[in-house]
Amino acid sequence: MAEQIGQRSSGGHTGGGHTGGGHSGGGYAGGRSEGGPRAPRPAGGGGPGGPGGRKFFRRKKVCKFCVEKIDGVNYKDVRLLQGFVAESGKIVPRRLTGVCTRHQRRVSAAIKQARNIALLPFSNR
Amino acid sequence: MQRIYEVMFIVRPDMADEDLDKLIVALESQVTTAGGTVKAKEKMGKRRLAYRVGGFLDGFYVLLTLEGGGELVHEIERRLRVTEPVIKFITVRMDEEQKRLDKMKKLRDAKKRSAPAPVATATPEAPTAQAEAAPGEPAAVTA
Repeated sequence: MAEQIGQRSSGGHTGGGHTGGGHSGGGYAGGRSEGGPRAPRPAGGGGPGGPGGRKFFRRKKVCKFCVEKIDGVNYKDVRLLQGFVAESGKIVPRRLTGVCTRHQRRVSAAIKQARNIALLPFSNR
Repeated sequence: MQRIYEVMFIVRPDMADEDLDKLIVALESQVTTAGGTVKAKEKMGKRRLAYRVGGFLDGFYVLLTLEGGGELVHEIERRLRVTEPVIKFITVRMDEEQKRLDKMKKLRDAKKRSAPAPVATATPEAPTAQAEAAPGEPAAVTA
């Protein structure tokens, strides 16, 4: 009996983990996987991607950088970065902006650099 | 030793222009004595800071692009730390990023060149035909 209970609990634990499920699509193969087909996987678009529990379809958001083919994200272009920062100064999650993983990481790094040089605030009230 | 660094620093806003120029010149000479080169220098002007730094709400931004080794950056940063008017600085290494950007640009250009080649050859034929037809009419009228 004890063994059965033990097995059931361990099975539940592994089932509920969310560690591996976060990274959808390509882009996390060590960071330097450039060239080849840069197929922009729209991040988390469509019905099953909505983590907020929405019943209806959210229209597919495309990654702004993949579509406009913007290559480098610099900490210096504050205008561009301000589109990815909330009013409170927080970095907006990519499920709201529709950015792909690769570019979200770059935007995030650029925002942190800009914050360090007082181009963007750490927090706004 | 071809590392490219961008050093951006903020100088207090009530500093005189000549002093700022002297400071920049001193930094540049330090770079050249240490064996590096200054690729670009840009005074970005007075800007409002996003938060209060050292009691100031505005600052004068300066951007230096250097090429050199790691010890050079160490020395420059040490100088900036010691200099009283400089209130903040950040050094970013840019050569890997630059390499990646150049590579992407090359890929993009190669793609562009291969794609519109058939279109480019077709269009010159049409204007030349029209050019021949157009002077034909006024020439006939004058004659």
